[in-house]
Amino acid sequence: MSLWVDQYRPRLLEDLHYHHELSVRLRSLASSGDFPHMLFYGPSGAGKKTRITCTLKQLFGPGVDKLKIDQRVFLSPSKRKLEVNIVQSNFHIEITPSEAGNYDRVVIQELLKEIAQTQQVDLNAKQRFKVVIINEADSLSRDAQAALRRTMEKYMSNMRIILCANSTSRLIAPIKSRCLLMRVAAPSAKDMQAVMQYVSKRAGFDLPLDVASKIIDDSSGNLRKAILCLEALKMQSPDLSGALTIAKPDWETYCHKVADLIISEQSPARVMEVRQKFYELLSHCIPPTIILKTVADRVVERVDDAIKPDVMHWAAVYEVRMRIGSKKIYHLEAWVVKVMSLYKHFFYGMDLTGFD
Amino acid sequence: MLFYGPPGTGKTSTILALARQLFGPDNFRNRVLELNASDERGISIVRDKIKNFARQTPRAQAISSDGKEYPCPPYKIIILDEADSMTQDAQGALRRIMETYARITRFCLVCNYVTRIIEPLASRCSKFRFTPLDHSASSYRLAHIASEEKIQINDPVLEALIYTSAGDLRRAITYLQSAHRLSSSTQPPTQITPQDIQEIAGVVPDSVMRDFVMSLGIEMDTDMQVDAVGKPAFDRIRGKVREIIREGYSASQILSQIHDTVVSHPTLNAKQKSNCALIFAEADKALCDGADEELWILEVALRVHKAIG
Repeated sequence: MSLWVDQYRPRLLEDLHYHHELSVRLRSLASSGDFPHMLFYGPSGAGKKTRITCTLKQLFGPGVDKLKIDQRVFLSPSKRKLEVNIVQSNFHIEITPSEAGNYDRVVIQELLKEIAQTQQVDLNAKQRFKVVIINEADSLSRDAQAALRRTMEKYMSNMRIILCANSTSRLIAPIKSRCLLMRVAAPSAKDMQAVMQYVSKRAGFDLPLDVASKIIDDSSGNLRKAILCLEALKMQSPDLSGALTIAKPDWETYCHKVADLIISEQSPARVMEVRQKFYELLSHCIPPTIILKTVADRVVERVDDAIKPDVMHWAAVYEVRMRIGSKKIYHLEAWVVKVMSLYKHFFYGMDLTGFD
Repeated sequence: MLFYGPPGTGKTSTILALARQLFGPDNFRNRVLELNASDERGISIVRDKIKNFARQTPRAQAISSDGKEYPCPPYKIIILDEADSMTQDAQGALRRIMETYARITRFCLVCNYVTRIIEPLASRCSKFRFTPLDHSASSYRLAHIASEEKIQINDPVLEALIYTSAGDLRRAITYLQSAHRLSSSTQPPTQITPQDIQEIAGVVPDSVMRDFVMSLGIEMDTDMQVDAVGKPAFDRIRGKVREIIREGYSASQILSQIHDTVVSHPTLNAKQKSNCALIFAEADKALCDGADEELWILEVALRVHKAIG
């Protein structure tokens, strides 16, 4: 049995539950035969991927569902072998170039040229072109993006590119100017409510409104998370009644614990303790940015209004340094120490003014 | 020759048109070599492919097939498109090649940033700077395309196109084409509106922006009241930032639009504005380095709030 997220994923543009205007646009674009390069962007769990697959289906018909997974080997300039997984059907091909790390440019160049230089041979195909889907386009390196530029123009006749990204900030301007931008916003609470009711109906049970809204609050606009959460809850207590607690992921509670540690005492010994917790988190492959954000959010909730902006400011500063630097733990710790000293200073200041 | 300027100003089109006019359709193939960033352009390619091509002495062809006369000068052209993405080494290898074969081969480098071309190469070229297109030129071109394609567009749409594309003609044309596709594919075909253009361009709508800026404590209109006075500023701003990020707008776009609003704001004084500019600059750097968007937009919002309040 597959997960609900996959089982009840809409397959056709008509079935999509929200952003109807976008669906109408996509449908008209797909049926007009004059299909541009596209760039889908929006927060995770908003339904970018679902919309892409629906559009493909609209373009090529049921043939796109016959997928096969291939493993291709590319040679980097220094003769190193790169293995990249490729999902493809007769009409489209899907790659995640960030798998290749630094050498994503090689993958882009080789693969796109190869696809671009072959024509569609299937005479029954609805469209003359093939579609290349590039996932996580915002993690493409500059070189790879530059390599895309000209290819996108040159081989327009037998290839279209669909980029899928979380944000357009990291894409270079020439790419953006060659694509039709499609913003997929996170669903509103009402939309999510509707989708969850639909899913529960399909799964054959009734979803109480208050449970739904609780899940929605918790998932902050991420529909995938919401549906996974719903399924987990359903497994826990089949009748969905009584006091339900949405199980937070372990790392989140752990992060909250770290935040509490920071607030409750500020001393070198405490820093050591926090460091150990951070190492624990990092060794479980939680991205450092997420750790920092979760801890900072929690800290902000518990401190006084006056130093909230400062806490966030330093979080932002250290986050950038973390990206540029190579060892994450230093920056996490630096932030912790900074927050501790801020907190202490703040209290100190308060006390002094109290005495005056 | 070295062509440089921002994207969409016609650099590549110019050199291609020039080459075509010089050589005519017949000789174009064997007299012109075009290489761009999608081709492998390491030092080995410079040494082999470019050198080999540069070496060959061109064959003269007197009569062209379509009967027209072309000047067909006795040299070949190598176009290196997007030359700023070539490595330093590759550029270094070009130096001598350019000189040695100057008699039979001319180079044309096309790039966005002239500073990324090494000095010795730049000094061997005559430079041409392409400035962003001005208002009248791009509006003329867009109107021309629109009439060729039989698209009905009115002046506000043209304005919106030119404003959002900021002198980048290719972008303006892409937007126009996408907008046309969208509007003509609905039943019945609708007119293109400036809002369509904004949505396609990924611009954050004015109303959202205004709301956001207001929550930072910048007064936009005197008749509008800041709604949540009771809530502390921090929570209010954070809520707003979350909302915007959930809508999926890109951080750099938000940043540039706040920047526009602040800089052109009537009542803020110079000091406040320059403080804000400093914040924007830092944030832009951070975003370029790949920082987390939500954190930085929040950071910008908080600091602007502080700088103004």
